[in-house]
Amino acid sequence: MSPRGRPAEIPAWADLALLPLLNLGAALGASGLLIVIIGEDPRRAMATLAAGAFGSAESLGYTLYYTTNFIFTGLAVAFHAGLFNIGGEGQAYIGGLGVGLLCLAAGGLPFGLVLPLAIGCAALCGAGWAFVPAVLQAKRGSHVVITTIMFNFIASALMTYLLVNVLIKPGQQSPETREFAVNTWMPAAHEMLGWMGIPAGVSPLNLSFVCAIVCSILVWGYIWHTRWGYELRVLGQNEMAAIYGGISPARTIVLAMTISGALAGFVGLNEIMGVHHRLLLNFTGGYGYAGIAVALMGRNHPLGIALAALLFGALYQGGSELAFEVPALTREMVVVVQGLIILLCGALENMFRPFLAARLARVVPAR
Amino acid sequence: MAITTATLRVATPLVLAALGGLFSERSGVVDIGLEGKMLGAAFAAAATAATTGSAWAGLAAGILAAVTLALVHGYACITQNGNQVVSGMALNILIAGLTPVLGHAWFRQGGQTPPLSGDARFAGLELPLANNLAGVPVLGPIYAEILSGHNVLVYIAAIAAGVVAWVVYCTRFGLRVRAVGENPSAVDTAGISVAAVRYRALIASGILCGLAGTYLSIAHTAGFTRDMSAGKGYLALAALIFGKWRPMPTVLACLLFACTDAVQVRLQGVALPLIGVIPVQFIQALPYVLTVLLLAGFVGKAVAPRAIGVPYVKEA
Repeated sequence: MSPRGRPAEIPAWADLALLPLLNLGAALGASGLLIVIIGEDPRRAMATLAAGAFGSAESLGYTLYYTTNFIFTGLAVAFHAGLFNIGGEGQAYIGGLGVGLLCLAAGGLPFGLVLPLAIGCAALCGAGWAFVPAVLQAKRGSHVVITTIMFNFIASALMTYLLVNVLIKPGQQSPETREFAVNTWMPAAHEMLGWMGIPAGVSPLNLSFVCAIVCSILVWGYIWHTRWGYELRVLGQNEMAAIYGGISPARTIVLAMTISGALAGFVGLNEIMGVHHRLLLNFTGGYGYAGIAVALMGRNHPLGIALAALLFGALYQGGSELAFEVPALTREMVVVVQGLIILLCGALENMFRPFLAARLARVVPAR
Repeated sequence: MAITTATLRVATPLVLAALGGLFSERSGVVDIGLEGKMLGAAFAAAATAATTGSAWAGLAAGILAAVTLALVHGYACITQNGNQVVSGMALNILIAGLTPVLGHAWFRQGGQTPPLSGDARFAGLELPLANNLAGVPVLGPIYAEILSGHNVLVYIAAIAAGVVAWVVYCTRFGLRVRAVGENPSAVDTAGISVAAVRYRALIASGILCGLAGTYLSIAHTAGFTRDMSAGKGYLALAALIFGKWRPMPTVLACLLFACTDAVQVRLQGVALPLIGVIPVQFIQALPYVLTVLLLAGFVGKAVAPRAIGVPYVKEA
């Protein structure tokens, strides 16, 4: 048995792959139990979910569209610095505001110019919204978790005010801006595939999916292959060692949070530029909080995050299909699974460790 | 007059939830799951009251639900040494999804419970002699209109502040809770189980949050609707921090936030002298802005319990 307090020793492959799979299995098992309690067949539910997510070209497109958002918010959780960015929701909202304002102003510009400007605006606005809590944590010691939660609510109030009073299309009731000019629309996947001659189902999937993949690769390179990423990781693992090594915690925290904010802001590229083509309320619909689940399941590694984001995208798309086909289950079933995943892969992540350590000690000698 | 009554009604769930959070946070366990506990209790209370027809059964169910959630949070944070913020967040999201799913599965009304009436709700209570004393100048109307006529949970919330302050500062249990939040190793050395004290504090937190949630669905309104807690749990957390983790200032912060809420409803579109029309969203965001300012140290200093957020592990 392990010494008191230290998590039980298991081999690296079990730590990285088996334990998360076990946690995920437990979460899905608990969801299955809930479905049984409600009186439906969990296997049928799973089959409907899988078919709904991957069954056709359109559903695959929808799944990947959701995956894009989850990749952005999952990357934004910034665990490596020892922080926990819960403000993804607010940062995504404000990032979308930046993209929306640019698109409203960029009526006649060529798309090749609009795209980098939009990326810049989303990043700047999202980062800006994360900057203030970051500075408060670094300089004043205010707990970044609480301040980012407060900032989520402030963002919501701010956006409501702007959309109802300032940016609303004149003469319209619903709090939305006018539709953007076509040159500012992010090309949809089925359009791009159509140019190449490949038929594809119509779905909201668009170019920002490529941005998400590029961001994952860039984040991987940044965290594990640059000096600033190294400083980030050291700070997260041992603050005293970081200070002793000459790393400034304040600067590193602010840098980590602003990058997170920028990543969360890119959700605006997908939603505002790619799908809705106008600014509207609540387009972030829980993606920020789901990003936490994605980051936890993906063990904070961009590859894991991408896979977890795919799973969540499938859950979201399959979930709407499930709610459609099985009348006893509602869309919120997906939220239940999300909550269970956060609970089991996050707070209870070490629950199965002693069990695994005991089982594997007989099979594989522990290090 | 109407603003005061509205303030008291809005403040009740905030006060109860914030005092619940106080127990948990003073014992060293970060509790952002107040929202989830309130929502879970609201659903359990409304569902039970709808099926049994008794408000008191609903109250019991609500408290039971909140205590169960608090114990799950406790298991994750105390026994499994998990990340306390993540655990709270997980429970919030889980309950936000679970309540409409169960509501729809059991009642088939789109996630809400059937509307309650009669005995299944907590009705307003007239304080004794309210009608007779209404004629007394100044004090009469205060007694008859502001203080009287609320339901029993509002009165419970009113005395809860005093009771919680007494428990935290004048009983042995309260002393242990505070000690465990500041220096758990010292408590451990004295031979008291840190985990047991924290679990008991979380149970107390669950009871208070259960009262808050039950108020929302059975007393304030007549049934459960999706996401009915609408961020009140986070507002209670903000009030707790604004009140610097002490019972009386927390209650005052809750009253302040409730007052801004009651006032903003009446100030919509009204042009004030000099300032003009204040946007309603500005007043809605005001409690959160105030809390951030406090945390930044611009409105006095907020010192959290020293051992908060760190799982306690016995040294070998």
